[in-house]
Amino acid sequence: MGASGVQTPDPAERARELTDAATTGDRRALARLLTAIENRSAVAEAALRRLYPMAGAAHLVGITGAPGAGKSTLVAALIAEARKAGRSVGVVAVDPSSPITGGALLGDRVRMQAYASDRDVFIRSMASRGHAGGLASTSAAAASVLDACGFDLVLLETVGTGQSEVEVAAAADTTVVLEAPEMGDEIQAIKAGLLEVADIVVVNKGDRPGAQRTASQLRAMLVAVARVGAADRAHHGPAGSTVAGSGAAGSVAAGSEVVDRAASPAPAPDPRPRPKQPEVLVTTATTGGGIPELLASLDRHRAAGRDSSVAAARLARAEAQVWAILEDRMRAELSGPERRAGTEAVLRAVADHELDPFAAVDRLLGSLRG
Amino acid sequence: MTDRPIKVLIAKPGLDGHDRGAKVLARGLRDEGFEVVYTGLRQTPEMVATAALQEDVDVVGLSILSGAHMTLVPRICALLTAEGLDDVMVVVGGIIPDDDAAELREAGVSGIFGPGTTIAEVAGYLRANARPRA
Ligand SMILES: Nc1nc2c(ncn2[C@@H]2O[C@H](COP(=O)(O)OP(=O)(O)O)[C@@H](O)[C@H]2O)c(=O)[nH]1
Ligand SMILES: [Mg+2]
Repeated sequence: MGASGVQTPDPAERARELTDAATTGDRRALARLLTAIENRSAVAEAALRRLYPMAGAAHLVGITGAPGAGKSTLVAALIAEARKAGRSVGVVAVDPSSPITGGALLGDRVRMQAYASDRDVFIRSMASRGHAGGLASTSAAAASVLDACGFDLVLLETVGTGQSEVEVAAAADTTVVLEAPEMGDEIQAIKAGLLEVADIVVVNKGDRPGAQRTASQLRAMLVAVARVGAADRAHHGPAGSTVAGSGAAGSVAAGSEVVDRAASPAPAPDPRPRPKQPEVLVTTATTGGGIPELLASLDRHRAAGRDSSVAAARLARAEAQVWAILEDRMRAELSGPERRAGTEAVLRAVADHELDPFAAVDRLLGSLRG
Repeated sequence: MTDRPIKVLIAKPGLDGHDRGAKVLARGLRDEGFEVVYTGLRQTPEMVATAALQEDVDVVGLSILSGAHMTLVPRICALLTAEGLDDVMVVVGGIIPDDDAAELREAGVSGIFGPGTTIAEVAGYLRANARPRA
């Protein structure tokens, strides 16, 4: 009970056992690997090193949106549709942890009960926990484990509030933002943030009044955002990084001013990826209405974007993963037994204003080199 | 290292109609710092075992008020064992007569909680007896 049955002392050995089993269809080993990832154990790192070369074939789809928009119901409907086509589906459903108690209520499975005896569907709930480095690397790592284990479609459900939608976008090839009708005008601001990461926008609860109207409003809004984005690109010229969603779509608030600038003479072509022009679809997840169209749209995005936006998403994901690991490593090095005292002395000196934070970083980097 | 909350599956197998009690328990354990996977009403033993396996939970908590515990619980325990999940702790909440309780323990159930049990008591029992997976 409790601790893992067999106590293998060597994490690399345990990782080898688990990855060999998981990639040959052992679902319990897969589940244990995902636990190692959540715990960020030494096994996780060794396992990810082994699995990474085997991943890359799955279509990773992020699904985000406000609580209650119907994300889990939509995931269940997508599973059904993908299974009709014989595709295997892995799901990672992330719900927030309480920052105070560390507890979490993971309720997404309630809507996904129909697949208990289908071995080609694997559903895993995860609490976001409060890791430094955040959700990004944990859910991206979980997705790539499912990818390496041969799932054709990997769906990543996260609540879209604040940071998480950017993180989901960073972990996915294609990001679906879910809206529900009659959610009111007051959430337009949130939508603007969410919409920046969207490859496909879905208005769910198509059976409710106002769904088509919401979809039209969103289409109009997205045209405006794309125009701003184009003007923004023209104005700033070739520059900047391609990190997920940054800058490309611009902000709606700055709209009129930036659009005026677009009237100035044509600048040099911008090599950055085009701003996203998301398709807007209407679904009724509870009955499956619009789901075949959504799956087709996902496939199109992937096929069309293989060289551009999916490639950019994959680069952004590589970037996010590598930076997160780098940060973790530097933290671990600097707070390890050898350097902890020195690091703490530097931090105290900053707190006492004896050292500025920049000089502190110079010193810490120096101590890593030395 | 980060602390690892104990992960608990709360399921309501069988056909009885409402899950208010199970939901209250799920929320209560969340507030006590557990990671709670809630799967809702009308779970078949197969659904419970699959969820326990995929979620890699430390504890399976079954809420059964229908009186069907003697058919459902041993079946779930057997499925868990068949899946190689004999290290998962199983606890049961409901109205369980003493004779049945002995038999359920025989089948692999660790804790049995009657109707008056508080959430704090359940939480205390799990903290003392279940360990999160490494
Ligand atoms: N009327 C209607 N209700 C829906 C639809 N999709 C989901 N719901 C309901 O919306 C509620 C929240 O759904 P859920 O999938 O849990 O949303 P999530 O929080 O975004 O994952 C549930 O009661 C669903 O039954 C839909 O297409 N139409
Ligand atoms: Mg959900």
